[in-house]
Parts: sequence; C-alpha cells; structure tokens
Amino acid sequence: MAPKAEARAEADRLMAAFRAAGAVPVEADILQPAEVLLDLYGEDIRARAYVTNDPIRGEMMLRPDFTVPVVQMHMAGGADPARYAYMGEVFRKQEHLSERKSEYFQVGYEVFARENPEAADAEVFALFAGLLAPLGLRAVTGDIAILMAAVRGLNTLQSRKAALLRHIWRPDRFTRLLDRFGGRAPVPESRARLLAAIASGESLTDAPLLGLRSEAEIAARLAALREDAAHPPVPSDEVARLETLLNLSAKSPAALARLRDLSREMPAIQPAVDRMEARLAALATRGIDIDTLDFEASHGRTTLEYYDGFVFSFHAADPALPPVASGGRYDAMTVVLGSGRSIPAVGGVIRPGLVADLKGAA
Amino acid sequence: MLKLGVPSKGRLMEQCFDWFGQRGITLRKAGSDREYAGAVDGAEGLELVLLSAGEIPRELAAGRIHLGVTGSDLIRDKLADWDRQVAELAPLGFGHADLIIAVPTSWPDVETLDDLDAAAAQFRRAHGHRLRIATKYHRLVRDFLTSNGVADYQLVDSQGATEGTVKNLTAEAIADITSTGETLRANHLKILADGLIHQSQATLYAARSADWGNGAPAVLASLAARLGITAPTL
Repeated sequence: MAPKAEARAEADRLMAAFRAAGAVPVEADILQPAEVLLDLYGEDIRARAYVTNDPIRGEMMLRPDFTVPVVQMHMAGGADPARYAYMGEVFRKQEHLSERKSEYFQVGYEVFARENPEAADAEVFALFAGLLAPLGLRAVTGDIAILMAAVRGLNTLQSRKAALLRHIWRPDRFTRLLDRFGGRAPVPESRARLLAAIASGESLTDAPLLGLRSEAEIAARLAALREDAAHPPVPSDEVARLETLLNLSAKSPAALARLRDLSREMPAIQPAVDRMEARLAALATRGIDIDTLDFEASHGRTTLEYYDGFVFSFHAADPALPPVASGGRYDAMTVVLGSGRSIPAVGGVIRPGLVADLKGAA
Repeated sequence: MLKLGVPSKGRLMEQCFDWFGQRGITLRKAGSDREYAGAVDGAEGLELVLLSAGEIPRELAAGRIHLGVTGSDLIRDKLADWDRQVAELAPLGFGHADLIIAVPTSWPDVETLDDLDAAAAQFRRAHGHRLRIATKYHRLVRDFLTSNGVADYQLVDSQGATEGTVKNLTAEAIADITSTGETLRANHLKILADGLIHQSQATLYAARSADWGNGAPAVLASLAARLGITAPTL
C-alpha cells in the first residue's frame, strides 16, 4: 500500500487535472450531520460510516463521501452550470476483517448542467479515462435509467411498479418481487389467509391499535393488497424481456443493438436507449474507443442507491481490489437535497491511493 | 494457565457451573458470594474468570481469555466476522432465546418481511421518516434486514423494556430476544412469520487471538477430552 504522502501527491496531480478541466475547487467538512446521510442512504450507511456524537449538533458522521455535501453546497446557491473538484479523506467502516482501508483519499469531479446531459456524461468519463489510461484498467458502464424506464413500462399496477423501482438497488428482493408479480412464486400462506379473511368480512384483529401507524394507513394497505390480488400477473413475456435486459452484458455497440431490438417490444425504454446512443457518440467524439467499452445493464445496482442514469467504474486486474474510480449520474438526488429545486448532475471519484499503488507496481 | 470466562451472576452462571460440574470440573466463586473471584477444582491449568456475559465477546476477541461462555446472539452481534475471531466449541443446551422481529398485533396486513418492507415504504411517505425498529442487536438485525432486502427502516437503540417502545411511540416495531413470547403478547406484539433472526443459546467459545503457546494446547486438549468435545484448530 502506498504511504499517505504518495497518495496525497497523486491526489494533488489529479486535482490539478480537474482544475485544468475547468472545475472550481471546493471543500467539505469532515464531520457531517448524520441525519441527511441516514435519510438518503438508510440504515445501511450506519454499517459503512463512522457515527459519533456531538453534544450540541447531535449525531454526526465522518464524511463517507463528498457527493452529498457538494450537492448541498451547489443547491444552496451554486453557479449554473457548474463544475467542482475536491479532494480529501473519506472514512468507511470495514465490517469484515480485510486489507481494505477504512480511511483513504478521494479526488472527485462533479458537473451540474441542464444542457446536453449525454455530453456531460461523456465529459466526466473521458476525463477519468484519460487520467487513468496509463494504468490499463478495465472500464465498465451501465445505465440505470434504462432499467427504470423498463419497469415503468410494464403493463401492471402502479403499486407493483413502484415496489420494483424502490428495489432496483436490491437485486435479490427485486427478483423475488418480480417472481411474485409475475405469478411464478406462490402467494405466501399468510397473505392467502389474510385475503380470505378480508373476503369473508370477518374482523381481522381484536388487538388495540398500537403505535404511530394509523388505522387509515392499515386500511389503505389492506385495500392495496386486495387490488393486487384481484389484478392479473405481469405477462410472462414482459417478465422475460425485463430479465433479458437485466442480464445484458456486451461491448457497447453490441449492447446498443440488443437494446434497440428490445425496445421494439419495450417502447418505454426507447428514449433512454436514444440517450445511450447519444452518449456513445459523445464518448467517441472525445476519443473513447467504444468498440471495446463494456456495458452491463445491471452495473450500479449494488452501489448506494442514488445513481439514476449513466454509471461507470474502472477496475484493476486484481479482483480483490475495490474500483480505482467510479461515478455516475444522480439527477434525483439533487431533487431530494434541493428543497424544491433540481439540476441534472453527473460526477465521479478516483482513489489516488490505489492509483499510486498501481503505478508503483508497474 | 488457560483462562475461562464465565458469566458472573444469575441463572446463566449457575447453569454454566452445572454443565462443567456434570463433566467433573467444579467451578465456584471463591470467597464470599459477593466476590467475583473464581476457583476451579478438577482441571489442572484452568483458571476461572467471572465476567459480565455482555463483556465476554470483547474479552475473547481481545484474547485476554482463552475460553468463554456467552450467548451466541452476543457473539454474533458484537464481533465482526465472529467466526474468524472465535471458534465455537460446544453449544451448552441452556440459555435458549430467539432473536425475532415483532410488530403490533393490530397490523393485520403485516405478517412477513415482505409486508414489513411495504409497510415501511408506506410509513415513510406518510410520516416523513423511516419506520423505526427498536433493538439492542444492531449488527444482527441490520445484516438480517439487508440480506432480506428490507428498506426504509431505521434502527433505534433500546437497551431494555424494548417491548414497550411501540406503545411509547418511540418505535413502530422491535427486534428482541424472546423465549416464551409472553412479554410480546402482553404488549400486543406479534412475531413475523419469517422474522426469526437467530436462535441463541449459551455456547463455549475459544479465542483465536489468545496466547496459545506455553502449554495452553495441552491444557485445552485434556479439557476437551474431559468435556467430550473436539479441540479446535486455532
């Protein structure tokens, strides 16, 4: 592992390159209010971030990433469009005994721009690809927006689509839900009993109402369960197409051709596929060899759930190493953190410590 | 000397003493009843250390004791990658308790984790915060819910009287240990059909990071023979 000084020197080099690309350097506090991060990422972030307590400010976290504070700073009054660069330590608890570091540098580049999002995607990716080129890394790309469009386009209940969309980032549960909505998994015994009880009109419980969840909320969910039970399953050909899409993995031109084929039967994904095509053209213009660029439709599904468009990562040959760089588009997060405002945003981070390691090994 | 850590009071201590006693090793408190010094008869080279059951996982992980008896729930909750830090020698057949997830009985629409997940999404939309689950077993519960793909919940810490948190409006659901389920029923809570996180019992563990030089393996081997268990590779 590279000593900290080498990682910092590498971070300085990358930071200089990001500034040369037009980014304004920004800083972020190491201590971040836990509430925002918990609200955004959920309980899983507690397993990954160091939580500490401030007597006045309450629960705080050691910065697990820069994206949230940078988005907050931008939404509080940044230029439009804007490009930012930052560098500093991030802190990640390691829940398993391993060589992985719990404290390391990140250098990041973020673009907030309303015009031509595909060009902004290509700008970030090409900038990273150029800086990392000497290391001979493998780049993988994906596009969460295509998956989301495919789910939205299913011919089924809105509530089922909402449940699937919620779980795009939890592939196991997504699969289980799809099995159930597609009629491939049996109705759980407890659900069958409940539905029979509702149908017979008998009283469902004689227990006193307890806690914050109200009678109206319970009634609303019971109604939703009845509606779901009465509705036919998602047609099997639609389920099959969605699975074909999720399993798609190919070089970018072949992946695009497959998606074009799929979009004839899944018209809902067409606009997202058009955007992918525009992005590939923008990447080619910037000198990226798209013929060798990997596309995996499910890429980005197991990361923290804020990417909702283009996603990418750069990997060293050693599969035990974490990605050297990763990033993507997170338009929806700017809505959540923007209190009423939003702006399309894309960015990524490089781990200079890993870059220094790989340079040292070369 | 091989150090054996055993819970320092209550039924758990007595049952521990009985278990070893039935195998010809007498463990007892030395001196007065209030003193936490232990004594061993019938096993050469074994030293008894009386500790709070909750501290035994930490002492094992640090290697300050070679062997220890505590609940398997505490080991799994308090130690990351527990099986790389300790070796399980023998379940002792007492101290049984199930770590479960329970919700109000007044929720007829929630019987499974699937339902809990859906109710959590709905709750968050209605109340503007995540559905709260009160527990003291943070790691076990979080790992369980993560592996089952439950989202939109948050854990709130509860070190005691956890069954009362729902009525007191500090949580919507709980994850706690139960043996008969009576306290749950009395507090109008029901266990989810697939909400069993871990079946715990008192278990004898060996610390992988303890000093196993200086004749300790010989003491362990003879102890293992007496106890009728296989000595682990450490």
